[in-house]
Formats: sequence, C-alpha cells, structure tokens
Amino acid sequence: MPQHLLGLMLVTPALAIVVLLFLVPLASSISGAFEVAGTVGLGNFAKAFELYGNDMAFTVVIVLSSTVLIGLGSIAISGYLTLGSNPRAVAILRWLYRWPLFVPFIVVGQVLRTFLAKNGLMNSMLIESGLLTASQTMSFLDWRGIIIAFTWKQTPFVTLLLAGAMASLDRSMIESARNLGASRPRILVEIILPQVMPTLMVGLILGVVTMMSVLSVPMMINAQTPTMITASMAFRINAYGDYGVANALGFVSLAMTSTVAWVYLRQTMRDQR
Amino acid sequence: MRSLALDPRWIPRALGLGLLAFVIFGPLTNLLLWAVAERWYFPHALPLKYGFTYWVNVFSPRGNATGALVNSVVIAGLTVVISIGLAVPAGYALARLRLPLRGVILLMLLVPQAFPNLPVYVNIARIFYQFGLNGTVLGVVLVHASHGLVYAVWIATAAFSALDKELEEAARSLGASALRTFVDVTLPLAAPGLLASAVFVFLESLDEFTGTYFVGAPDVSTLPLLLYTAGAGGNYQIASITALILLVPSIAFMLVIERFLRADVLSKVGR
Repeated sequence: MPQHLLGLMLVTPALAIVVLLFLVPLASSISGAFEVAGTVGLGNFAKAFELYGNDMAFTVVIVLSSTVLIGLGSIAISGYLTLGSNPRAVAILRWLYRWPLFVPFIVVGQVLRTFLAKNGLMNSMLIESGLLTASQTMSFLDWRGIIIAFTWKQTPFVTLLLAGAMASLDRSMIESARNLGASRPRILVEIILPQVMPTLMVGLILGVVTMMSVLSVPMMINAQTPTMITASMAFRINAYGDYGVANALGFVSLAMTSTVAWVYLRQTMRDQR
Repeated sequence: MRSLALDPRWIPRALGLGLLAFVIFGPLTNLLLWAVAERWYFPHALPLKYGFTYWVNVFSPRGNATGALVNSVVIAGLTVVISIGLAVPAGYALARLRLPLRGVILLMLLVPQAFPNLPVYVNIARIFYQFGLNGTVLGVVLVHASHGLVYAVWIATAAFSALDKELEEAARSLGASALRTFVDVTLPLAAPGLLASAVFVFLESLDEFTGTYFVGAPDVSTLPLLLYTAGAGGNYQIASITALILLVPSIAFMLVIERFLRADVLSKVGR
C-alpha cells in the first residue's frame, strides 16, 4: 500500500470524530443563527441584541478586565521567578503559584461562591482580624466574582508558559544590563518582556477562548442579570428551547473569539515552520 | 548561613508571598472546612460543629454520589479508550508518514482549541437528540472524546516525533514487519508520553461540565453535575464533598508531573 494512503487511513477515524462532533455542530450553530422560521434572516440577531445586549457588553468587559489582570499577574510572577535574587523566595513562589492550575472550573465556582459571599470565609476572616466590621461586609458574587474566578484559575497557566519562555532567553543580555545598573523592573519591562511577547499573547488568547467556553463559573457565581452570554445561551435553551436566539448569541461569542483566534492560529502556524 | 530575621528584604517578600498564599489557599481551605462542617452560619468565622455525617449521607446507598462517581469513572475510562485508540494511529501517521494535506489536517485538529465550545455543545445536543443519544452514557462519552481526542493526538504526535528513527530502522533491517516493529519497538518507547496523555484525557473528562450539562442531564449524572445541583440547592456540604473528590486526583496528577512543569523543561517544548 502506498504510504500516503496508509497515513490517511490512520488519520481518518480521529478526523471523522473532529468533523462530526466539532465542525458539523459548529457549522449548524452558525447556520442556525441565521435561520428564522425556515428561511434566512436576521430575526434571531435582532432579538438577541434587544434582550441580551447588556449581557454582551458585560461579557466583553469581564473578559477584557480578566485578561488584563491575568497578563499583569503572570508577568509579575514569571518576572520574579526569572529575576528574583533570593533562591529560597523563588522556590516558595514556584511551589505556590501553580495550585489553581489543576483545580477544575466547576470546583473554582463552588469554592469561590462560598469564599466570596457576604457571609463567606473571606469576610469572616476580615472581621475577625479587625479590618472590617460586620456592617461593612459585602458580597463579591457579581461581576467582580467572575473576574476573580477567571484570574485565579487562568493566571498560573499563562505564568507557566511565560516563565518557560523567559527561562529560555539568553541570560547574557540580562546580566550585562544588571552590571550597567539597570533596575530589575526596568529589565523586565524593557528587555525581557519584548522577547516573550508572542508567548504572552498566545497564552492570553487561549485564556479568552476558555473564558468564553466556561458555563459553570458565571452560572454559579453570578446568579443575576446582567450575566455572561454563555449563561444567557444556556438559559435561552433550558427555559424556552429557543435554539435560534441561542445560536445567535453563540455566533456573537464566535465572532468575539475568532478575532483573537485568528491571531492565535497565525502565531501557531508561524511557530511550527 | 545568614539568619533570615536579619535580612530586611524578607519583609516585602514575606508580605507578597503571604498575600499570594492567602489568595490561593484561602478559598481551598474554605472548601475543606465546608466538607467537614456540620453546622456553620454567619457570623461565625469557623464551623460550629465538625463531623462526617454528610460524608456518610453522600455515600449511603440512597445518596446519589456513589452513582455519579461510578458514572464519572466509567465515562472517563471509555473516553480514554476512544481518544487514545484513535490518537495513536493518527499521531503515528502525523509524526512518521508522508501525508497529503498535512497542513489542513493539523489545522482541523487545532480548530477545536480556537473556538468557544459552548455553541458546539448546544448543537451536538440537538443533533444527538435526533439519534436518541441524548441522556445516554454513549452520548456523553462521544462529547468528551471529541474534546480529549484533540489533546491526545497532539501529545501522541509529539511522543512519536521524539523517538529515534534508527531503532525502528534497525528492527526493520533485522526482518521485523512494519506492524511488529510498531508494536514491539515504537509503542513501548512512546508509552510514557501516551500514558501521560491518557491521564490528562481522563481528568479532563472527569471534570467536564458544559457538554455533560447539555447532552447528559438529567438522565446521566456525573460528579460535576451533582456538584452543580447540590450547590444550586444551597447544599454546600454535599457540593464541597463532591468538589473535594474531583480535586484530589487533579492535585495528585500535578504533583506527579511536577518535574515536567519546571520552566527549564517547558522552555524546550516546541523545539
């Protein structure tokens, strides 16, 4: 048998699963968004923007703020891991930062729901330590809770990628900058960061796609409106069986991420060459 | 060795690390406390009574955790079998054989990572409904496998690419058939990478919520669905116990692969 035929035969079953269980439903979500009572139209979108316009804005704000926080957090942690002068402090930080990486999203949702509530452990501890009085406590189970959950869970992942990229940099430039008296924050921002920017972008983009896919966090932490369009989609289906509007919302989330996904795919293709 | 107390630079370090430790372990401690709290209400900072009655209830024959746990493990096991079974031939072909349209195939395997999967799951549920797959274990396994397969193919491709070709060529020149060479030489050498990807796919399936929520619920209950319903009903003890059961294998996996997570190892990924 010619080798390329054998190769195709070996790849086909895996590809078939991806086509049937990912690409076909993806296509039907796109075509379903434009289908109104059997014909093509924009009715679903009109309804989606009318009913869930606030949710779309809310989603964009949540995802952008979380992405900025994740970026800053991962730069700070990986920067200290790379430039920290005290090996013991670096070792503690390296041991510490990774824990949320393997905590499933559904567990993050549950854990933070009880931790951030008005009666939760965080407020109780702040009261016990005398930093707050009982009347000053407030619940963080709204947009802030979602941002905290995403940042808590995603920062270690981006940090892991970023610290890996920083470790592979040539140390000589960093050493010579230090010898010339440059401060460590300045070395981080002016010398290291420009070189690891592609890795940071890929990590953050993967984070955006993840945040737009996670249903459990907005449903568990923010049980009110406005909410993220992921939760609106689930609500539209569970309460009304309305696939048209749900697919229109899905199309909006695809459009939001495909802008960044395009950058991600281009980057990956370039790296593989 | 210098004394720590004499170095004033440890003040900002300890403050920063302490704050980070609070941010990371505060919520996790909270989970542990809820899992063993019998009575806990505001304004008490800590539970009033500790005990394991909820654990007994959760795992009693009438409790639904045992069923959900069995479902979760069966689904994750079948997902691993399908994903790895399909990923090994595909990964081998991508790593070793000349393939037409290799770029297109790789792109198709990248796409599921680049799009949010919620709209996809919604429509899978709709398609599965027509075939009677909604609310069945097979339906849930297929959804999990479509997700796990992508990771498994990537890791298998990397594992096969990393092998020394000369060992296979030596086996062939000694007269072994292509299949025999693959089974006796290639597969054992790639086994550690494949095993790691199997564990990863298993955990991804164990923790999966969204796809199960649309395709499986309410007929097929898994641990994440149990956690969600218990939490939504305000039953924080049961939700926390379930969360803890999900957390333990994940953390164990993290500790096992710890040496692979070091920056100097990661910097070689993709080289």
